[in-house]
Amino acid sequence: MLYLNITVAGLLTGLVYGLMALGLSVIFGVIRVVNFAHGEMMVVAMYATYLASTVTGLDPLVVLAPVTLLLFLLGYALQRVLINRYIARPEHEQFLLLLALATIITASLLMGFGPDARNVQLDYAYDSYQIGGLLLDKVRVIAAAGAALGAAALWAFFRFTRTGKAIRACADNQIGAQVVGLDVKRLYAITFGLGAACVGAAGALMLLLVDVEPYIATDYTLLAFIIVILGGLGSMPGALLGGVLVGVSEALSGFVIEPSFKSAFSFALLILVLLVRPQGLLGRA
Amino acid sequence: MSAPLLEVRGLSKRFRGLQAVDGVSFAVPRGGIVALIGPNGAGKTTTFNLIAGVIAPDSGSVLLDGVDITGLRPDQACHAGIGRTFQLVRPFGALSVLENVMVGALRATADMRVARDAACAILERLGLVDKAEAPAKSLTLPERKRLETARALATRPKILLLDEVMAGLRPTEIDQMVAAFAALARETGIAILLTEHVMRAVMALSHHIVVLHHGQKICEGTPEQVTRDPQVLECYFGHAPVAGN
Amino acid sequence: MRGVPLLGLSPRVAAALGLFVLVMLALPFFANDYIVSVLVVVLFAAYFGQSWNIVTGFAGQLSLGHALYVGLGAYTSAALFVHFGVPPWLGMPAGMAVAAIAGTLIAALSFRFRVGGVYFALLTIAFAEFVRILFGHFKWVGATEGLFLPVANLAHQDLLRLRGSPRMFYYFLLALTLGALGLSHLLLNRRIGYYWQAIREDEEAAQALGINVFRCKVLAMALSAALTALGGGFLAFYDNNLYPDTVFAIGRSVEIITAPIIGGLGTLFGPILGAFLLTTLGETMTSLTSGVEINGLKQWLYGAALLAIVALQPAGIWPWLRRLIGLETRR
Repeated sequence: MLYLNITVAGLLTGLVYGLMALGLSVIFGVIRVVNFAHGEMMVVAMYATYLASTVTGLDPLVVLAPVTLLLFLLGYALQRVLINRYIARPEHEQFLLLLALATIITASLLMGFGPDARNVQLDYAYDSYQIGGLLLDKVRVIAAAGAALGAAALWAFFRFTRTGKAIRACADNQIGAQVVGLDVKRLYAITFGLGAACVGAAGALMLLLVDVEPYIATDYTLLAFIIVILGGLGSMPGALLGGVLVGVSEALSGFVIEPSFKSAFSFALLILVLLVRPQGLLGRA
Repeated sequence: MSAPLLEVRGLSKRFRGLQAVDGVSFAVPRGGIVALIGPNGAGKTTTFNLIAGVIAPDSGSVLLDGVDITGLRPDQACHAGIGRTFQLVRPFGALSVLENVMVGALRATADMRVARDAACAILERLGLVDKAEAPAKSLTLPERKRLETARALATRPKILLLDEVMAGLRPTEIDQMVAAFAALARETGIAILLTEHVMRAVMALSHHIVVLHHGQKICEGTPEQVTRDPQVLECYFGHAPVAGN
Repeated sequence: MRGVPLLGLSPRVAAALGLFVLVMLALPFFANDYIVSVLVVVLFAAYFGQSWNIVTGFAGQLSLGHALYVGLGAYTSAALFVHFGVPPWLGMPAGMAVAAIAGTLIAALSFRFRVGGVYFALLTIAFAEFVRILFGHFKWVGATEGLFLPVANLAHQDLLRLRGSPRMFYYFLLALTLGALGLSHLLLNRRIGYYWQAIREDEEAAQALGINVFRCKVLAMALSAALTALGGGFLAFYDNNLYPDTVFAIGRSVEIITAPIIGGLGTLFGPILGAFLLTTLGETMTSLTSGVEINGLKQWLYGAALLAIVALQPAGIWPWLRRLIGLETRR
């Protein structure tokens, strides 16, 4: 029963990871740029939630919507102003660009908030649901449900809206998309905005579960990389599957072996998958 | 009569339900110039890729100089004597023209001086010598096509596979290239297998023509024979007025 | 334009290089301890950058996990010294061998399974992070508590056991850096260098020209890993303490590759120039912000400077500088 509890908790956290990684996957799948500042964007979202929630006294779940919108706008602007110019450049130049951005973001957060960990106080932080022998933290259930909703919304956007379809056309065939008159640069900016919005929602939800400090950004970037490669870079269900896998593997290895070993397991899992199935579990060959 | 230099026997390749190449057989004699023609999607480039080892055939075999080279990797096929160009040119953009050709020349020798001299001789033959120090990415399309050929030639192949090296050239440039290739085959004994849409070049250059359609060989013979074949006229010349360019 | 080439270098480049060597040789006689220690940092960055430049700059395979080889080199030579008294001159080759094997394995596994591009880059991070965590649990080398070398007697230079002052390390590192420069120059002008660059520019075209792409890429990685590990060995004996979280840190991997990219990826002098620029930049930021008690200001300025460079000279400073001062050289 204890193991089941831990597995389910890991699964729920994993859904939030999945939503964060979804952002990375969408950005890479369409724009073919690896967002090395992904974790930094996540931390920005967490601080934005923290700030809005403590200043207004509102629940983080209420400020989630404006934070998501803010991240969308930031992502949109970033792609429009800066990253669009580097799409056709070599990988290492894109890497350096995003590294510079990541450094600036972390430094700005340090300047604004200092190095100490921050969190939000919730009166339902220790509530839990009991289903049979299964004990579930309320915050974790809420976060997971939110993540699932976010992912579903993104899926519906790509499936049903005109813009979503245009972006998918763009991902399949950039030149073709240009030929039929799609504004690829604008679609790219929207895509980056959407990727950032995923991170925005994931960050707000994550703040229900953990503290935030500027330097954890790199950990989130690495986490997002592991997840999307596990699931298949560019695959939406793959990102969620990868997130759940990593969430469960972290929870179990942290409990069975010791907490400091938990990311070693994720990395081992990643190496295994890359060598056996380089395109990821659900990726296209 | 000696055995042919390149012999392709019953070559077949299927891609997800599409039979790209279907039991194709033909031969290229030593010093011979053979053209592989056919409408778009006939399987010409796939045949090239099968011969050069980029993809492995489902069945059939490729013999070069009596040696079975079926299923070798591209680099092994090159060492066996296959030199090939790409339809979409792929120069090493950051390297100079001379260095591009030296990469090819280094297949046969590790001595940089020997490779440099060999590369220079080839640049001379293809009229690129005054561009030797220019970065490859600064070349015009016709120059890139010639560079592509020079690079393949530098590997000292027994047979040269030319994939549409005349496309996009002006008629006078085509005539120059035709003359260069004819001289090359005559003087060095290197055989040439080419695919080409430019009929002016095909007719002037080839000794023998193989016509592909939907992955199958529908006809082969001398240029005169092929142009009189009713099946060819129907499937190929009937569709587009390509002759004369 | 070109005069008589000297070792394949144009006279102006050879002269500039000679002047650089003379200045570097003489500097410790005029500079104070602080400057020397900063220059040691510069030379480490230059050397690591040059080593990394072989696999990424020459052969075009983006490795983002080179801290792995620094760590393997550092830990191997330090552990052999601490536990068995093996002198560094034997321990460092052992570390190079360990790193070369690791590099070969990673490259062979990746390239055999056709893991390329971004996936390869992320795989190199994964291996480095995995080994970092493993070393954190590796009791024989002190796990997270760290591995310590006996403190050096700074007055006495023990060349055999590499115990000595920063000035001693300065000269060793200068020799390493110049050695790596010479080696890079040699490799670039040999068949293997041509092959690496061909692979970097277009793998499929390279293969069609008879190049065994797999073998060349693995060789680049093995060589790059071994050279990096040699630097790691010196780092261990210079720092005297090793912690997995700093030696194998992803931040170190990032530092290693920043200098050559800033200087000019794939160029001969880029990594050295980049190391000077970045370290100087870092030190300037530190002194500029030393009076101000604002968290993160230094990092902010550093990030802004990186951004400026990548926005203005994305191909690196050296190619631009070379045009500016009219030096004629091959790449």
